[in-house]
Amino acid sequence: MTTPQQVDPREMRARYPDIFDRPASARLAMPAMIVAALAILIYGLVDLDFSPSRFFAGLSQLGWISLMMIPPDPGSSLPIYLKALGETLSIALLGTTLAAVFALPVSLLAARNIIPSQILRFPVRRFLDSIRGVDTLIWALVWINVVGLGPFAGVLAIAVSDFGAFGKLFSEAIEGADQKQVEGIRASGGSALHEIRFGLLPQVLPVIAGQVLYFIESNTRSATIIGIVGAGGIGLQLAEQIRVLEWQKVSFLILMILVAVAAIDFISSKLRFAIIGRRAIA
Amino acid sequence: MTVAVSILPEQQLAALNAAYREAVARRRLRLLLGAVIFAAALLLAAIGAEVNLRTLFAHFGNFVSYFDRILTLENGQRVWTDFGEWLWGWRKWLKMLGETLLISYVGTLIGAIFAFALNFFAAENTSPAPWLRFVVRRLLEFARTVPGIVFALVFVIAFGLGPMAGVLAIAIHSTGALGKLFSEIVENADMKPVEGIRSTGASWLSCMRFAIVPQVTAGYASYALLRFEINVREASVMGFVGAGGIGQELVVAIRKFYYSDVSAILLTIVVTVFIIDITTGWLRGRLFGKEART
Repeated sequence: MTTPQQVDPREMRARYPDIFDRPASARLAMPAMIVAALAILIYGLVDLDFSPSRFFAGLSQLGWISLMMIPPDPGSSLPIYLKALGETLSIALLGTTLAAVFALPVSLLAARNIIPSQILRFPVRRFLDSIRGVDTLIWALVWINVVGLGPFAGVLAIAVSDFGAFGKLFSEAIEGADQKQVEGIRASGGSALHEIRFGLLPQVLPVIAGQVLYFIESNTRSATIIGIVGAGGIGLQLAEQIRVLEWQKVSFLILMILVAVAAIDFISSKLRFAIIGRRAIA
Repeated sequence: MTVAVSILPEQQLAALNAAYREAVARRRLRLLLGAVIFAAALLLAAIGAEVNLRTLFAHFGNFVSYFDRILTLENGQRVWTDFGEWLWGWRKWLKMLGETLLISYVGTLIGAIFAFALNFFAAENTSPAPWLRFVVRRLLEFARTVPGIVFALVFVIAFGLGPMAGVLAIAIHSTGALGKLFSEIVENADMKPVEGIRSTGASWLSCMRFAIVPQVTAGYASYALLRFEINVREASVMGFVGAGGIGQELVVAIRKFYYSDVSAILLTIVVTVFIIDITTGWLRGRLFGKEART
């Protein structure tokens, strides 16, 4: 049996100076960062009018509101809500599809392996970035000015804001594609369009399909929001019921949204597995 | 040099060709079926969403001219000819932007702290009890699925108008989103250190503190920074429902048709989002190396 070797701390200290005697800057970096983070937090809390009394008053209000939400009850407006939910799902589906259709050609222009010229690519990328920088809700407000209140404005808002996101994601997928197949097509005498059609698209389409499905899923959530500014769907009903303090209806609507999102999640994850296989998801 | 290409006998070739054609035909049929179902769904959606192409074409000019109008000053000049006039309210707007950033910072940090406290209960490998895991997971799911702005609408009524409602809404939504991501990191952590520490008779808390936390902090910080980036966007629209930040100014400008103000505020928002994106991207790259940037 072996006995544990006696270790002399001083000898260890001499042998590994880096571990035992770290410079003060390295030792202080972590606490300094935490202190700075907390300092900004406290400054923020003060600047944004947080006060314990206000917080607890609000909390007790919130408690009352939650009590009044039980049990969820749609009253007599269930058919209207179901129709609004259908509208929301339609907005998500149509908006995402429109965005994908328009983003595909543009994403080719933003991909490094299709357009090698930095000068051509740069404006396309910045254009996509600035579209993404503007929130869906803002686009909804703009489109309401153009086509009027209603779900159609919502479709266009989602289409525009996703166009920016898809352009970026698709171009990244295209840049990640294997070049060998493209070279093969070129070697057999294919034109540039042939290279894209037979070399690139078969590789990137499954990835793109997966992303589109994922966006339909997440857009179900966004589509519930844009109703709040008047662009149709269940968000409109939700915002109205919150404003008139019909809490039972509010909780019912929130439940409906949760169930619908869960259902879409389930369906689209099944579809994604079917399209690109289990391992490609992670 | 000549290369001999072996050609199969006619019969074998025919059989192979037939099999190939059959396989391709089957795939085409499946694709066609999928396309038809998808087209039907689209058609149904178009009816549901009251899509009216005539309105779009009739008013598409409005969309283009809207941008024309927001880029024109009141005196008919283009906005970039007179920056002083275009960005006349920059003091106020910068202050509101600062408030927006502060809302997202405080909201993200509070959300991250709560997510940190909860995620060990939600992870498969560290949760002390299955029922606790179930409860915490459902809680996080709820916080994540209800959109932040819906929370803001309710909080504005409970806590009153102002940035406090926005902060709390962002904090709750971030708790849900980060809690899930954090618990996924914990699930991927190496369990051997935990066994080592447990074998010394340590409590659950010490196991988490000394075995799990050192493995996961880098991932946590990376996700929290990413969340901050998202929350800046989110906070910029919180003002739409009266929960503070620059959104308030923007919605007033849009609704009251102060055209050049709309473009000025949009510009400040987009520039801020750019700067935050680039800074957090750089920070994440510095802190955690290239591979953490996904």
